[in-house]
Amino acid sequence: MIEAVGPIKRKFAPWDDPTLKPFIRFENVTKRFGDFTAVDNLTLDIYEREFFALLGPSGCGKTTLMRMLAGFEQPTEGRILLDGKDLSGIPPYKRPVNMMFQSYALFPHMTVEGNIAFGLKQEGMDTSNISTRVAEMLELVKLEKFAKRKPHQLSGGQRQRVALARSLAKRPKVLLLDEPLGALDKKLREETQFELMDIQMELGMTFLIVTHDQEEAMTVSDRIAVMNHGVIAQIGTASEIYEQPASRYVADFVGDINLIDGTVTAVDDGNVTLHCAGVDATIVAEAGPGEVTVGAEAGFAIRPEKVQISLEAPPVGTPNVLSGEVWDIGYLGDISVYRVRLAGGSIVKATVANLTRIVERPITWEDKVYLTWPADAGVILLK
Amino acid sequence: MNKSTSWFNITSLVFGFAFLYVPILILVVYSFNASKLVTVWGGFSTQWYVELVHDQAIIDAAWVTIRVGIISASFATVLGTMAALVLDRYRKFHGRALFSGMVYAPLVMPEVITGLSLLLLFVAIGFDRGFWAVVIAHTTLTMCFVAVVVQSRLVTLDRSLEEAALDLGCPPVKTFFLITLPLILPGVVAGWMLAFTLSLDDLVIASFNTGPGATTLPIKIYSMVRLGVTPEINAISTILISVIAVGVIAASVLSHRSQVEKEKAERAVFLAG
Repeated sequence: MIEAVGPIKRKFAPWDDPTLKPFIRFENVTKRFGDFTAVDNLTLDIYEREFFALLGPSGCGKTTLMRMLAGFEQPTEGRILLDGKDLSGIPPYKRPVNMMFQSYALFPHMTVEGNIAFGLKQEGMDTSNISTRVAEMLELVKLEKFAKRKPHQLSGGQRQRVALARSLAKRPKVLLLDEPLGALDKKLREETQFELMDIQMELGMTFLIVTHDQEEAMTVSDRIAVMNHGVIAQIGTASEIYEQPASRYVADFVGDINLIDGTVTAVDDGNVTLHCAGVDATIVAEAGPGEVTVGAEAGFAIRPEKVQISLEAPPVGTPNVLSGEVWDIGYLGDISVYRVRLAGGSIVKATVANLTRIVERPITWEDKVYLTWPADAGVILLK
Repeated sequence: MNKSTSWFNITSLVFGFAFLYVPILILVVYSFNASKLVTVWGGFSTQWYVELVHDQAIIDAAWVTIRVGIISASFATVLGTMAALVLDRYRKFHGRALFSGMVYAPLVMPEVITGLSLLLLFVAIGFDRGFWAVVIAHTTLTMCFVAVVVQSRLVTLDRSLEEAALDLGCPPVKTFFLITLPLILPGVVAGWMLAFTLSLDDLVIASFNTGPGATTLPIKIYSMVRLGVTPEINAISTILISVIAVGVIAASVLSHRSQVEKEKAERAVFLAG
């Protein structure tokens, strides 16, 4: 039976290895623009060959952080180290870092070849090596036929590839990607995400991506830093951030979440009993980060796909049961979203995978339903 | 209703353009007059143009004018482009509003005042009035026009293009010549054309600062007119008007074409999705 599982993939987790030194280090970095603090005393380590994502809403400081690494902004306080070397005072054109811009920033008066060769020419590489490298890059992004075209003769997806090829041509130690796929449509974006991962794997470079799209961050990156108001709300792998959110902000920003507020009535070996007066229920769940004490105001957080919905009442004595009425149903093809109205009027979402092709579903509007979940499906988050 | 409005529009158009161009048209038509009397039509002739070519004083004046125009337009383009760059790029420095106001003030400054102030300056520092004084005076006059034209072009330039060049290892000065300048070139050329034509037709500032041997064409025409209008003046004026018209049209075509190109590129982006 073991053969059927296949070989176990080697886990890439340099951040868990205390002997490794971080490749990029933001050390107590603060950036102020006048009165506005874009980045606030932030410390962050990124390891070699890591695909790292900065995720957050616009204005959270993620782009500023990246621009400081590229050298377009100087930190007001703190310093940035790359491979152990302090970058302060080094202008952007002397940093071993290249950036792929959100607008692509292709030089409109140069051909695709000219754009890709630009950085190599600045390096003083000789002509024959330049043409070899340009050809390699064109092959990497599958644009061999478009070498002589100008940027305005290309589609959005092709421009995105030229921008990628140009920023990779110099073989930078770190590639910065600023919302690189924002201008592409959904299908193309998904394809390109996987291509980016392949290219990163093939070239063995460190990639730092800035995005506000949580799906993109979760798809491509080894680790994600969720940012809010210039500070990091949580750092972790996609599944850590999704399954063990450190705060209500992270739980709410990444994915969909149900939050039921209540008061802690008992704490017992990591298990917290929460009395939720609003929905007239008692919930027992694992404690999240932070010290939970009896009497504290807290919330029970659970992802909609972990809530099971049923027409039949569970056996008496089953813990963690909520009952309500189906208020709304959203059919999305692969899944259906049930919005269930509880006794107190609050809404809990439950998603169900549509495993069969039947058109009529057993649960419909205004049905009385019971919501249950496994003991470890949710987490208690402090206010 | 619609029809009467359109008649009204046509009438306004005719009167408006007549008001603007009938005087010039009469001047042009009479430059081909065979008669020596300016106001009496004596048949078609190009004799005044022929005479013009043999009038050494006018040829000299034309040559001075062209040299002044080319040199002052070139200086003004360099200075005006630099001013536009500073005003567009360094948004944060103190007194920026004051500076940008001061760059544009000469646009509306009475020429008499500009001319007089320059004259006083040249006298004060002991700079001889003449060819180079006129060149400097015209550079002062036309620089702000260049700054306006170039700045309007810079506003539409995506700053991330320059950042991309820096990011790829190109130092700032080289970035200007490899990326910025080629992209704002239509604006720079249009600015040069504008400066050249302004220099060509300036009388007031030139007359304040000119000296012996530096008579420009407008000064020459003005002094000839004081002795009576001759068809020869009509002829030289017609040539001057043609040159200026070509310059202005070329300048506006250049800036218009770059606009069209930009729109075309944007449309392509939109269609490409």
